[in-house]
Amino acid sequence: MTVVNRSVLPIRSREDIVRVRQATRESAVAQGFSLVDQTKLVTAASELARNTLDYGGGGEVEITLLSEPPRRGVRLVFADKGPGIADIELALKDGYTSGSGLGLGLSGAKRLSNEFSIESRVGEGTQVTIARWR
Amino acid sequence: MEKIPILKMGRFLLVTIQVDMHDQLALQLQEDLTARIVAARARGVLIDISSLEVVDSFIGRMISNIAAMARVLDAETVVVGIQPAVAITLVELGLSLEGVRTALNVDRGMALLHERLADEQR
Repeated sequence: MTVVNRSVLPIRSREDIVRVRQATRESAVAQGFSLVDQTKLVTAASELARNTLDYGGGGEVEITLLSEPPRRGVRLVFADKGPGIADIELALKDGYTSGSGLGLGLSGAKRLSNEFSIESRVGEGTQVTIARWR
Repeated sequence: MEKIPILKMGRFLLVTIQVDMHDQLALQLQEDLTARIVAARARGVLIDISSLEVVDSFIGRMISNIAAMARVLDAETVVVGIQPAVAITLVELGLSLEGVRTALNVDRGMALLHERLADEQR
């Protein structure tokens, strides 16, 4: 598997969320994703970026374009140094929210992606990785 | 500060979402809509999202809130212009938008609302 391109974007403001969506869209287009697959990836990115900002206190996302012939993919790693998630299983349940959201962000991003993983330590931070392949 | 314009179309209100929504803007829209529904005695709200290529759970929640609030004020909400890729993604995301009717475009949305009003009067 080769890395075609890698970039890191800050997530510190609402405007950053817009930039993350645009960069994700561009990456998906560059890798030749269909419109539906682009939309799924960008929507998942939007959910996770909002989580990083609203719950993680801000952080960053690393966008990597991957090549593993014959398939091409985009991987996004969202990281923050926020409060962390005590009960990941609970956080992944549809409808569970510790804030005022719909509780669909994490579970939704997981459903919208081909690959999903999450690591979190209370008091240290959270890292969520998703990937979509074509 | 930017505001989402709300248009009055007969007994209904039309809102077109074209920009990226953030917390403040979403709250402002919900407040403005509530006030306008009462002031105009509107019986329906049309939310046009035909420009949105991405609808995430934040927007979904905003739409649900608007629908719930409109219902309390005896107005029905119809979402129009959902792009195909968005529709597919919304289903997979698990966003159900219960209690919110949908229509292909503003014309069909208005027709839907008129029908409901006519039904009521029978």
